[in-house]
Amino acid sequence: MKTTDSFGRPLVAVTGMGVLTSLGQGQKDNWAALTGGRSGIHPITRFPTDHLATTIAGMVDFLPESNIGASALTFALADSAAEEAIAEAGLSTTDFGGPLFLAAPPVELDWRNRLKLYAQSDRSNGWRSLIEAARKASERDLFDEGQFAAIADRMADKYGIRGLPITLSTACASGATAIQLGTEAIRRGECDRALAIGADGSATAEALIRFSLLSALSTQNERPEKASKPFSKDRDGFVLAEGSGALVLESLDSALARGAEILGIMRGCGEKADDFHRTRSKPDGSPAIAAVRAALSDAGMSEDEIDYVNAHGTSTPENDKMEHLSLSTVFGERMRNIPISSNKSMIGHTLSAAGAVEAVFSIMTMREGVIPPTINYEHPDPAIELDVVPNVKREADVATVLSNSFGFGGQNTCLVMAREAG
Amino acid sequence: MNPTDVVITGIGVVSSLGLGTDAHWQALTKREPMPVVDLERFSPYIVHPLPEIDWSTQIPKRGDQRQMETWQRLGTYTAGLALEDAGVKEDEALCASMDMIVAAGGGERDVAVDQTILDASLTRNDHGVLLNEKLTTELRPTLFLAQLSNLLAGNISIVHKVTGSSRTFMGEDGAGVSAIETAAARIRSGQSTHLLVGAAFQTEHPDMLLAYELGGYLQREKWSPVWHRSKELGGGVITGSGAAFLVLESRAHAEKRGRAPYAAIGPVISGRAKRKDSTLQQELACMAGSLAPKGEPVLAISGASGAHAPTAAERTALENAGTVVRGFNTITGHLKEAQFPFAVALAALAIRNRQAYPAFDPSSEKPFEGEPKAVLATAVGYDCFEGMGLIVEA
Repeated sequence: MKTTDSFGRPLVAVTGMGVLTSLGQGQKDNWAALTGGRSGIHPITRFPTDHLATTIAGMVDFLPESNIGASALTFALADSAAEEAIAEAGLSTTDFGGPLFLAAPPVELDWRNRLKLYAQSDRSNGWRSLIEAARKASERDLFDEGQFAAIADRMADKYGIRGLPITLSTACASGATAIQLGTEAIRRGECDRALAIGADGSATAEALIRFSLLSALSTQNERPEKASKPFSKDRDGFVLAEGSGALVLESLDSALARGAEILGIMRGCGEKADDFHRTRSKPDGSPAIAAVRAALSDAGMSEDEIDYVNAHGTSTPENDKMEHLSLSTVFGERMRNIPISSNKSMIGHTLSAAGAVEAVFSIMTMREGVIPPTINYEHPDPAIELDVVPNVKREADVATVLSNSFGFGGQNTCLVMAREAG
Repeated sequence: MNPTDVVITGIGVVSSLGLGTDAHWQALTKREPMPVVDLERFSPYIVHPLPEIDWSTQIPKRGDQRQMETWQRLGTYTAGLALEDAGVKEDEALCASMDMIVAAGGGERDVAVDQTILDASLTRNDHGVLLNEKLTTELRPTLFLAQLSNLLAGNISIVHKVTGSSRTFMGEDGAGVSAIETAAARIRSGQSTHLLVGAAFQTEHPDMLLAYELGGYLQREKWSPVWHRSKELGGGVITGSGAAFLVLESRAHAEKRGRAPYAAIGPVISGRAKRKDSTLQQELACMAGSLAPKGEPVLAISGASGAHAPTAAERTALENAGTVVRGFNTITGHLKEAQFPFAVALAALAIRNRQAYPAFDPSSEKPFEGEPKAVLATAVGYDCFEGMGLIVEA
């Protein structure tokens, strides 16, 4: 078998995957729910919803760490996905021996702890009192909560990660960027394997309010499972969610040499930044178009070689319109017939994790020969003519997938994956 | 000499010393460089404050400035200095194809809103409802974007049109190391031809100090050089506001457009020594030993933070490796994510000017004789992660 791509670079295989979303823990439960068209979106119970315009989310509420802060939950999510992925790859869960690329949300000292410290302080001096209380409390856990390196450091300890682990954020494209960084490191020959994770447990009240203030969230609270409706006429925003996805990336050479099962091939990654606006994309869609084209070109593939698109499909009026425009520009008339579906219709928008979660689902789509549907597609947007695999899963022979991730701050990252190397 | 050698063709630096490379070179090559410190505003903590900056010289649109708080303005401004210095600022095509890696923390929270919540929390028990009540009514919508880590890169794209790619690394000092290491590796391997890399840190905000002090890392009350921090006064770190951005290119790319580089980036090594096991000194000795050329004096631009244990470990490791050390945090304060980019920038300036810096702290730094041909740049995180790189003549 050829183990290099058309550019002579080492082909990068996926040999292990892990996933956790509001639908459940692990590939099996997630896949059953996803192909069953089940939604994980539910009313928020973690914090009071008084005064909030949005009272639903795709939170992960079933872990022991679900109620002790964003940092602890993000670690637990990363941990669960990593363990599943490394075990599937048949590698040591204590001596992974490759680098870690972790897409994670920027976290801060949790409000609960901020309030606790202030209550402990002498309160006479505003923020000075708070800082003094922090110093006197001297609690390592509180320090870690505000350190961006802390989650990756713990992961590195636990799994025997090689070198300095990289934590990154490209907003809603972060998960895809983690995979891209791992792929590039293997292509450079720096390592035989890398662990790419996207994890996000940051659905706090403040996060929800911040997105709400930007009018980004759906307010269709009455029937939570119906709120995320990508590509529908009556879509009104995304649904905030949590989750994680992990992939063991490995040079095909090294994977074959140790007899590992090849789950898929990471064929190409492409990116392009947008300079138009902090939250809106350039009206002509040129950056997203360039990102798709860059991914295809990096994969050494032409546009007629893509069988299925795993959409970014957030269910915001802006994203879905722009994604349609970009894809129609790249794929032309054929775009009407390429199946495209949005996992977010069921799991919501897992933010920093989305690119990794959806890469896992993309590879499962190819392996199972089943495309998960876009649910809640009852009132198609007439301006968006796409085959969104409406409401019901579809059996299909899918050999290649394009997965899109777009984010605030002009982030556009696309991945091209293939079922087989050849 | 190799066409994919990584050369530095543009430098932007800002610290309490001033704006840009010339101001820094002048200030740091004075016989006894004087730190600028503010002992009052954040007392008992000491900060090295930003100098006065006319943002509009690099961020011409008021609208853009309004969308950012100081941290993002500082980074965007300094990135502009680097692009200008490299002669690419007005070259739309070059910027549009330029890659970018930014090492970032988070932006500034709204102190007034937070204080309102803290105060109100003392008189009621329904804290969850209180948060909703205050945050939904008091937060400015745009503040979220001003706080988001990747929005420094986002603003650089918008203001300077750098749009080849945009990646943000997080994780304090280590993020700065990874940013430079990854940037250099991408160029060396042909994955990129020209790249903007750097970081900014704005310490003049209570939350920035709080983040250190949750771990008891700051020195209180008195300023002292980075090698002479007192355990009685706290954890040893004195912070500063500052930023460093570099334009890196492959040698071939720089030559094609006729740019004379400052210096080249040689090997960069990063690590994650287990700090609890006190293996740090050994790991740093290995790094310095493998990077520092033998048989000639090597200048080390050290990003030692002042945190007691790692600073002592680094000092010993660097001295045992035979380097002559300059701890720039004496003058600038700790710049967090910007530590390593700043160290590399100062190293490159010394190479370009064929001159070493005089001792920043004459009581504990030795003189350096002759021209530095290779300069070691270090950043050893105050809490975790560390790295070093060798900056050499281009």
